[in-house]
Amino acid sequence: MIRARIHVTLKSGILDPQGRAIQQSLETLGFSSVNDVRVGKFLEIELNEDDPAQAEQQLKAMCETLLANTVIEEYRYELELQPSRPPS
Amino acid sequence: MKWGVIVFPGSNCDRDCAHALADALEQDVSLIWHGETSLGEIDAVVLPGGFSYGDYLRTGAIAQLSPIMPAVKEFARAGGLVLGICNGFQILLEAGLLPGAMLPNIGLSFICDDVWVKVENAETPFTRRYASGYVMRFPIAHAEGNYHTDPVTLAALQANAQIVFRYCRADGTVTDQANPNGSLDNIAGIRNAAGNVLGLMPHPERCAESVLGNEDGQLLFRSMIDAVMAGQDKKQTTT
Repeated sequence: MIRARIHVTLKSGILDPQGRAIQQSLETLGFSSVNDVRVGKFLEIELNEDDPAQAEQQLKAMCETLLANTVIEEYRYELELQPSRPPS
Repeated sequence: MKWGVIVFPGSNCDRDCAHALADALEQDVSLIWHGETSLGEIDAVVLPGGFSYGDYLRTGAIAQLSPIMPAVKEFARAGGLVLGICNGFQILLEAGLLPGAMLPNIGLSFICDDVWVKVENAETPFTRRYASGYVMRFPIAHAEGNYHTDPVTLAALQANAQIVFRYCRADGTVTDQANPNGSLDNIAGIRNAAGNVLGLMPHPERCAESVLGNEDGQLLFRSMIDAVMAGQDKKQTTT
């Protein structure tokens, strides 16, 4: 089994008003070193798949067709091979 | 003329659209559940406003995968008139029937208001009843109406007169100040290159009868009726 962690964020260059509001709040709290805040989505997907190449191919298709809107968003993912569940 | 209004789970302007068409315009309207796979015999289809699938993931992202959508795409491909209002516009974008995507409003607020909107292109099947440059008060109600696309697509939209409605001031001038949601180039509505698919954020069905104090939205539906009737007359004279 493979667990995928997918991050979807607005493309760089696209204004993220939510990120900006959070940045201002952090500055208000005194975190003066905050340079930029981007808000995105985080998804965890468990795949019944043990081949990382196969998993990656499927994840890319999932991101391109549904999980991200590539007009405005970009995505990245990490894969983690999980030990298979023992047969019950 | 026969209209189909698609009902997605979470649509909330479907009945408003059906009411405006059936009662204010005396049209034949059927509500079509999103789980259907056929539109039946209709002349135009409306994707209404609302919060289809609770706006999960992104507005319109789940609805565009509904069982009815292949039939809507086929209807559009064959030249049928497709109108997407508010969430319906967002669904058309996600379905790829119109170019671009919606971002959250620049002020992050849900905006429910009447705003000034200008008819930029009155030579479409959706706008022929309007005078070119006509400025009207149009109701909007959305949190994600901040239209975005890449510079190449924007240039094509501008060059092909695909920008049909823009946010403006009462005198018709298009300014940043008159832009309620940060939308690129003050875009309130666009059509596809073929000209038979229109998406707009304002709600024509909410200003389509005198009792509401504003009938300007009716002209959009009347334009579509004219276009379909003209097409049918043409068919009859050629067969």
